[in-house]
This record gives sequence, C-alpha cells and structure tokens, in this order.
Amino acid sequence: MTDATMNLVTAPPSAPLGRRGPLGSVLVHAGLIAASIAMLYPLLWMISASVRPEDEIFASTSLWPSSIDFASYLRGWFGLDVSFGRFFWNSLVVAVLTVIGNVVACSLAAYAFARLRFAGRNFWFATMLGTLMIPYHVTLIPQYVLFLNLGWVNTFLPLVVPKFLASDAFFIFLMVQFFRGIPRELDEAAMMDGCGAWRIYWKIMLPLSLPVLATAAIFSFIWTWDDFFGPLIYLNDMNTYTIQLGLRTFVDSSSTSDWGGLFAMSTLSLVPVFFFFLFFQRLLIEGIATTGMKR
Amino acid sequence: MAAVQDTAVVVGAGAKARPAAQGRWASIWAKHGAGYMFLLPWLIGFFGLTLGPAIASLYLSFTSFDLIRAPEWVGAANYVRIATADPKFAAAMRVTFLYVVLSVPFKLAFALLVAILLDRGVRGLTVYRAIFYLPSLLGGSVAIAVLWRQLFAGDGLINSLLAQFGIEGPSWISHPNYSIWTLVVLSVWQFGSPMIIFLAGLRQIPTDMYEAASLDGALKFRQFYKITLPLLTPVIFFNAVVQTIDAFKAFTPAFIISGGTGGPINSTLFYTLYLYQEAFGNFRMGYASALAWILVLIIALFTAFSFLTSRYWVHYDD
Repeated sequence: MTDATMNLVTAPPSAPLGRRGPLGSVLVHAGLIAASIAMLYPLLWMISASVRPEDEIFASTSLWPSSIDFASYLRGWFGLDVSFGRFFWNSLVVAVLTVIGNVVACSLAAYAFARLRFAGRNFWFATMLGTLMIPYHVTLIPQYVLFLNLGWVNTFLPLVVPKFLASDAFFIFLMVQFFRGIPRELDEAAMMDGCGAWRIYWKIMLPLSLPVLATAAIFSFIWTWDDFFGPLIYLNDMNTYTIQLGLRTFVDSSSTSDWGGLFAMSTLSLVPVFFFFLFFQRLLIEGIATTGMKR
Repeated sequence: MAAVQDTAVVVGAGAKARPAAQGRWASIWAKHGAGYMFLLPWLIGFFGLTLGPAIASLYLSFTSFDLIRAPEWVGAANYVRIATADPKFAAAMRVTFLYVVLSVPFKLAFALLVAILLDRGVRGLTVYRAIFYLPSLLGGSVAIAVLWRQLFAGDGLINSLLAQFGIEGPSWISHPNYSIWTLVVLSVWQFGSPMIIFLAGLRQIPTDMYEAASLDGALKFRQFYKITLPLLTPVIFFNAVVQTIDAFKAFTPAFIISGGTGGPINSTLFYTLYLYQEAFGNFRMGYASALAWILVLIIALFTAFSFLTSRYWVHYDD
C-alpha cells in the first residue's frame, strides 16, 4: 500500500478541470449513460433470461421477456441431487463464521499494533505487512496436507478456522489505520480510571470503530460468498458444497439442456452480494478508496 | 481474553512484594504481555498457516510427492523440468503474460477515463459510480463466468448483437485465437475498483493548480497532460501494481469458461489453473510447489522492477 492512497477520501474535492458548457455536459452524460447501459446489459440480460420461457432464451437480445415465467427457478432449484437450498445454507454458514472470525481476530491484532507498546511490535507489524504480498499459492499445498491430516477435508473448518487466526492481513491493516485515528486521550483517561488493555479495547476501541468493522465484515461476507477456489479444494461431498460449487456442478451437468435453470440459479447466487452492495455502497466505496482493497 | 488480561495485571501488581529476579519477569510481562495476548491469534496463524507452510512448500518443491507416500527428495529436478521440458508450463506462462499485458492497460485506461468524466462535477455521480463499480463486486463469482461463457458462445448474445450489424462473429470461446479475449473483456468490465481509487486520487489535486493554469491560458488537454497526469502518477502506479499482481493470480473465470481444462489448446491455461491441475488433478504436489515458488519469484521480480522504474515516472509531491 502506498501512502498516496491512504487519506484520499478525506481530502477536499478538487475543482473540475475547468467548467463545461451545456453542450459538453450533455455529451458527457450521453457517454456515461451509454457506458452504464453497456456495463449493466449482461447482468440485466441474465436476469431477463431467467424468467423467460425456455424456447425464447436465445431467440432475443432484448431485455424485455414476452411473458414472465418462473419455471426456470423451480427447475434450477431442484435440478441436482442436492437442492440449491442446501448450497445457500452452506455458503451462509461459511460466510457468517468467516465474518465473525475476521472481525474478532483482526481487530485484536490491529489493536495490539495500533495502541499497545511491547517489545518487537515494529518487527511483527512489518512481518504482517509482508504477508500481504505473499500469494496464497505458496502456502496452499502444505496447508492442504495439514488440513487433510487433521481430517478436515469435506468440512468447513479449513475455510473458517484460518479466519479466526487473522489470516486476512488486509483487514488488520485496514483496522490499524482506523484505530490510529482515534484520540489517544481516550485510552489515557480510561487507563487513569483503572481500565486494562482489554477493557479499553472492548469498551472504547470497538464501539468507536463500527464503520471500519462493518466495512471489514461486509467485504468478508462478499468475498467468502464469491470464493470458488477454497471450496473447490476442500469440499468434495455435494452435501457440503457452497453456492459457487453448486453452480459449477449445475453447469457441468446441464450445460446444454437447461439454460433457464442455470441463469435462474446464477441470478439467485448474486442476490446476497447485490443486497449488500445496495445497502452498504458508501462503506464499500470508502473501503476501496482508502486502502485499494481488491480481490 | 478478559481473564488473561486480568491475570497479567494481578501478576504485575503482586510482583512488588517478591524477590527482585521474579519481579523483573513480572514487570516485563506486565509491560509486554498484553500486546502478545492480543496478537496471539495472529501469531498462531502466522507460524501455523503462513511461515510453516511456506517453508514446507519450499522443501516440497525439491521432492516428488503424491500425497500418499512420503515426499522423496529429487533435488532441483522439478525446476529443471519446468525450465526445459514442460511445454504446458511454457504455454501457461505465455497465456498468463498475454492476459496481464492485454487486460491491465485496458482496464486502467477505462478506469482513468471514467474517473475523469465523473470527477468534473457530474450530476448523479453516486449513481454512475455505483453502476460502474457493481461488476467489480460481482465479477469474481461463478455466475458471472457462466454468463460470460454464454455471452461469447458461438450462438451467444455477442454474436447475435454483431449479426444485427451484419457481422458474423467467430465462436469466441472455442477458438484458440479468440478465447483469451473473452477473459480480457471480462477483466476490463471490472474496472470499477481502480476507477474509485482514481476518483479519490483526482480529489486530492489542489484546485489552485488548475486556476493558475487557466489564468495562463492553458487548454484543457494541456492541463490534463501537464497537471492531472503527473500528479496522479502515484495512484496510477499503485493501481498498475495491484491490478497486475491480481491478473497473475486470476483463476475462476478461466476455470469456469474452459470447464477446468484451460482449453482450447491451452489457450486459457492460466498459470494458477495449471498449478491447480498439477496439484489437485495429477497429485504432483512437489512439482506444483515448485510452480508456486516460480509464481512468487515472478511476482516479486515484477514488483521490484516496478518500484525501480517508478522513480523515473512517478512523482511524489515535495
């Protein structure tokens, strides 16, 4: 992370590159609207395809179905031996546990880095930043061997336990940045009143850090929901599949026969992410702008 | 944790009454213990899930290991084979580099262009920003890869649209010359997150610079070229590095679109996909570990190279 991207959102807005006349303004809007349509077209088309009668799916490039028919949703939902309800439930369990793990473990570490003085703090902080740059491929195979030997394959443990050990250093970094901005006087006053580090963390830090905790929680949820690679490696039993694996299985088993069902289930799989996006857009965008988080 | 912290306090307080040697340990614990207690989950994770496995994977990269029998030391044989006798490795390298070189510049160019349009005090900024950011958020999921596979199929939506203009499109996904472009377009479609970082960067450029420039009669294009672009170079640099590293690591779209094969004729065999095939398809865990370390080396070299060359084109304000 460069310092340059750190404090950007708080900076005052710059003036535009000179004022535009009305004509320029219309042109810019025309361009932006056209681009927006192009961006959204594939998504809208997929949603529209999911409610179209089967024979009409590929017949038309239009976004408006001639009649609305939810049969695809039923066919898709029960299209595999295990219903999509199971996959959704599995994804939900994994995502919720991941959110809890990330928020708890990362905030503990971030509090130590941001507020506590102890020997070796700078060394460990630098080490933590260093882990941000290591691609997961390096640890992938030994981790797999470890979890295999522990008998954790085909359970959610390999996906969830690392989160309780603060394996997403991104969030530690994000929280450290935020914690540092909370006035030190608060800690000092609390310490005068006899609070230990734990009480300060629990009673002062966390309540004042709700925005950053929410940002971390929302990104955790979305990334976990979308994760394909982890479940692909660790889950082989269809009863443990997450939504992404279920969808992929559906593609393999019915790629030529049931497009309607496929698009219906694809659309459903995006709903939670879309829902979070709709309600927490501001937090997500600030999260991106302040740290350059990306996955 | 609460109990642990209380213990630390108690030990620290009770220490005064004890002999000096014990008291010193107690006071060291009182001073530093809390930090390590808070750090404990991360420390366990770091040693158990990062450092330990990294060392193990370096060791495994010099072995032949199929998960069933114990790893067998083979020296540098894996690396030698990668360098001299593995056409799939060469193909994966070529495809991955091609993907990086094609997708990153296009993506950044779109991101910058749209950010600049949006920065000029456009009405409805938040709506546009949301629309452009949405694909970045959805893009990593299987659903989008599935959708893309359909869009670019021979009888897919893209070709139907082209047909309306009288153009007969190829079968994008099953033709080795075009399949990579499908993935590039998917990546460029997700220009939203670099765009948001660009937007934030544009907001930091001081207004008076533009005012001074327009007083001097500088034209808009010149203003962009002389003021915006140079002042934005740190953000451009940041985005370029992040996006490139990300592109090296891409997996899901290639996996879904090619059905896990990397085909046709290895034309979508991303490096990570090849690694996955070797490790979890063929159970050549030692060989895959060597592949992983080579990927790390490439990313490290690329990053070092970027930082070295950045002094010639990235301007930090001073």
